[in-house]
Amino acid sequence: MSSNKSSVPIVARGEAPLLQPIDIDGMRDHFRAKSKALVDKRMTEEQAIERFVHSGDYLGIELYGTVRCPMSLTRALVRSSVEGLRMAGQGVHEADLLIASGKFEAIDVTYIGQEVYGVSSVLRRAVESGQIKRVVEWSNGAISWRFKAAAMGVPFIPARVMLGSDTFKYSAAQAIQCPFTGQTICLLPALFLDVGMIHVSRADKYGNCQIDGVSGFAGEMARASKRLLISAEQIVDEDQIRERPDRTLIPYYMVDAVVEAPFGSWPGEMAGAYERDEEHYRMFVKATKSAEATQDYMRQWVYGLPDHAALLEKVGTQRLEALRIDRGDAS
Amino acid sequence: MSTDYKPSELLICLASRLMEDGSTAFIGTGVPMLAASLAQKTHAPSLVPVFEFGGTGAQLDKLPLAVGDMRTFHRAVAASGICDIMETSQRGFIEYGFLGGAQIDPYGNLNTTVIGPDHAHPKVRLPGSGGANDVASLCWRIIAIMRHDKHRFVERVDFNTSPGYIDGPGARERAGLPRGTGPYRVVTSLGVMGYDEATCRMKLLALNPGVTVEQVLDNTGFDLPVADELQVNPPPTDHELQLLREQIDPDGLYR
Repeated sequence: MSSNKSSVPIVARGEAPLLQPIDIDGMRDHFRAKSKALVDKRMTEEQAIERFVHSGDYLGIELYGTVRCPMSLTRALVRSSVEGLRMAGQGVHEADLLIASGKFEAIDVTYIGQEVYGVSSVLRRAVESGQIKRVVEWSNGAISWRFKAAAMGVPFIPARVMLGSDTFKYSAAQAIQCPFTGQTICLLPALFLDVGMIHVSRADKYGNCQIDGVSGFAGEMARASKRLLISAEQIVDEDQIRERPDRTLIPYYMVDAVVEAPFGSWPGEMAGAYERDEEHYRMFVKATKSAEATQDYMRQWVYGLPDHAALLEKVGTQRLEALRIDRGDAS
Repeated sequence: MSTDYKPSELLICLASRLMEDGSTAFIGTGVPMLAASLAQKTHAPSLVPVFEFGGTGAQLDKLPLAVGDMRTFHRAVAASGICDIMETSQRGFIEYGFLGGAQIDPYGNLNTTVIGPDHAHPKVRLPGSGGANDVASLCWRIIAIMRHDKHRFVERVDFNTSPGYIDGPGARERAGLPRGTGPYRVVTSLGVMGYDEATCRMKLLALNPGVTVEQVLDNTGFDLPVADELQVNPPPTDHELQLLREQIDPDGLYR
């Protein structure tokens, strides 16, 4: 445990270790050195994973449930040779695939479950069997604010959550007596990611990104990522982005790779574009109830397909088109 | 009034009736979504449902399947992000928070993390906090919606994911949680519980139709006092059932 360097009284400490060290000056050095050149960053999922994800990395993935998850990047990662990863688990479907692949050793977990369909059997097996060696608890607000602290370039952010709970006890947060008000406040350590993966509605070839619908924690996570992989439903002309700069959530210089991935969130949904493939998702939830059926699913839908195009071909145009939302009907 | 309804439908109606018109309500997955939609279509047309991934003030026409999906911001007043929603809660704008859980104790602490005494080697690994800890910490009044049985209503939760009154009066404030917040109601398949002001412990306020006090006590794993003026909850009305079955959940996901 690190020594208390502060004169501010620490009221309580979470027992869990920080899975990712806080290095605010290292992050500044990294961003100073990162190229700001306007260059074409288009590549395939496989190239993006190969170039920018390394064994042992700490990884973050946006968004949640089956909504706007970068599934084509996730499948490419599952098929890759990297291993020994750590992750901020604030997803569902992509987290299930990654955990089932056995690539993860440690998770900062907030929620991994199937929402209306209940618990994640994949998470259950991995945690109950000890396959995942370390599980550190956080709330959704806490993880998002940890990204925000990193985005701000500061070592922590104060918040009024997790206090008095076991979620705090099994986290790496600390609580102090506030030097201004005297109240107890929770300090959430900044969470800097080695790699972030985000699926967006549209991007240009340089990586300027726009998102339709709720932005989740994309803005904060993008800014907390040393390396950032973007998949986009559509690659659009730079002019189209520049016409509406107010819509750009992630500017290009944060981005390392831009992958065009139509139906990149399948079987999840994409706001204004397509609905969740309920039939497939139900099948997935059912399959994951046993370890064997999960691996069958993985062979059939992940390992057995060379790339995203092969997946889309397997799903079939007719099926995909049926999921599309009429523009007039978009939320 | 109808007698032909499912327990889940009664639960949704009871939760819905607690949603005040013109109030803000943080809505989690499942029953709260149906209850909010029902409330908007009946007594609370200007209820502002808030969903953690950014949807604010949606008109809930179709049942959301996830707290970030398109339906959570259908004809909403805003579609922002999670930091905005959590910060709005932290500033004190959100009146009600609706939560579920695998276990609840007499002080309203909720467990959605692990079953079993050892966190590192759990008997059952549950999803974790998600936004529940934030909702329980930051909203003014917390309403838990649960199935009522002895395994769920326990003297002490195996893991306190989302704080209720922790271990008694003043404990929330001592821990640093915002003053004046805490558990308010527990809506279950058997009745509605509130909390004693002096002890912060749960007490039985109302029975569901056809349920006896003994039944509630038999299904509760801790000492549960009964309010002096015990109420009986009216069953779902024909109108409520019709809305639920025909408009809100036509696919019967929650029946």
